[in-house]
Amino acid sequence: MNVFKHILKRKSSREIAKDRLKILLISDRVNCSPEMMEMIKNDIAKVISKYMKIDTKSMEIQITKTGSKGRSLKNPTLYANIPILDLNHDIP
Amino acid sequence: MSEVIVVTSGKGGVGKTTTTANVGTGLAAMGKKVILIDTDIGLRNLDVVMGLENRIVYNLVDVVEGSCRIKQAIIRDKRYPTLFLLPSAQTRDKSAVNPAQMVKMINHLKDQFDYIILDCPAGIEQGFQNAIAGADRALVVTTPEVSAIRDADRIIGLLEANEIHKMDLVINRIRYDMIRRGDMMSSEDVVDILSLPLIGLVPDDENVVVATNQGEPLVGSNTLAGRAYQNICHRVLGEDVPFLDLEKGISFWAKVSGIFHRS
Repeated sequence: MNVFKHILKRKSSREIAKDRLKILLISDRVNCSPEMMEMIKNDIAKVISKYMKIDTKSMEIQITKTGSKGRSLKNPTLYANIPILDLNHDIP
Repeated sequence: MSEVIVVTSGKGGVGKTTTTANVGTGLAAMGKKVILIDTDIGLRNLDVVMGLENRIVYNLVDVVEGSCRIKQAIIRDKRYPTLFLLPSAQTRDKSAVNPAQMVKMINHLKDQFDYIILDCPAGIEQGFQNAIAGADRALVVTTPEVSAIRDADRIIGLLEANEIHKMDLVINRIRYDMIRRGDMMSSEDVVDILSLPLIGLVPDDENVVVATNQGEPLVGSNTLAGRAYQNICHRVLGEDVPFLDLEKGISFWAKVSGIFHRS
């Protein structure tokens, strides 16, 4: 099934809805506003930028559930995807 | 032993009142003594869905304020002798009643009825607090749409915070043709997201509109929605009823052919 969908390279609106909800509900449940997520993202970018050159525009952060079943957010994890542009950035 | 069930959803227009009317009527048809309480003060509708709007003399606010005895406000249904309705007030607002008053009134009704079913207003404000105050369990109604599911999730969190842990999910207005095309979340998707035990799948059925027009709940009738509500009633009683073929969702082959239809 997934292979077919991959070939078609088109997400059904059902999948889009499900993906959007999953992310939305996690931030709803932990009571973390999009503004706060944005502030966390900016602060992380600032710290990492001290040591290496990163692509702040395409970096993403989100809170995800790992290993927990059901509704409880027992093991929430902050997941950050930060593309590095230059590892040998001069350390000031 | 009586059970107090609140029918709630967060979002408006997903079918709380229809569910209340049909589940209540279905349970009464099975011989249970049932009272339906409309807690939507200012926007009462359960009376019209039940077709009892012409019989209202007193209402919930009159009872709570002591303007009448509770027996005077309760209306007997025109079809089932063990089904009763306590209508809401149309000309007042939610602040006319508080949760403590609701609990007191429900406790008074508990020894007279097998099931007390509360139709909750939309929203999470005082009307919601009033409706859930005396409830033992909840039926959370949602539709397979992003907005309704998000609100249902919020409601589930609030019910948990208010120590109502017995919650079951009713997914309403399911369009199997859209699920087949990949344009609507399936019941499995919704259950996966909300992580609540499923108690009912109600297909999107024109007969619901017809029944509302006529003021006659369609539970038990030979319609898709009528059968779906009948099954919900059995499950409320604790019976293990398998989900209808249509309720089950779609077979693997339907899913495969759905993909090719899209391409």
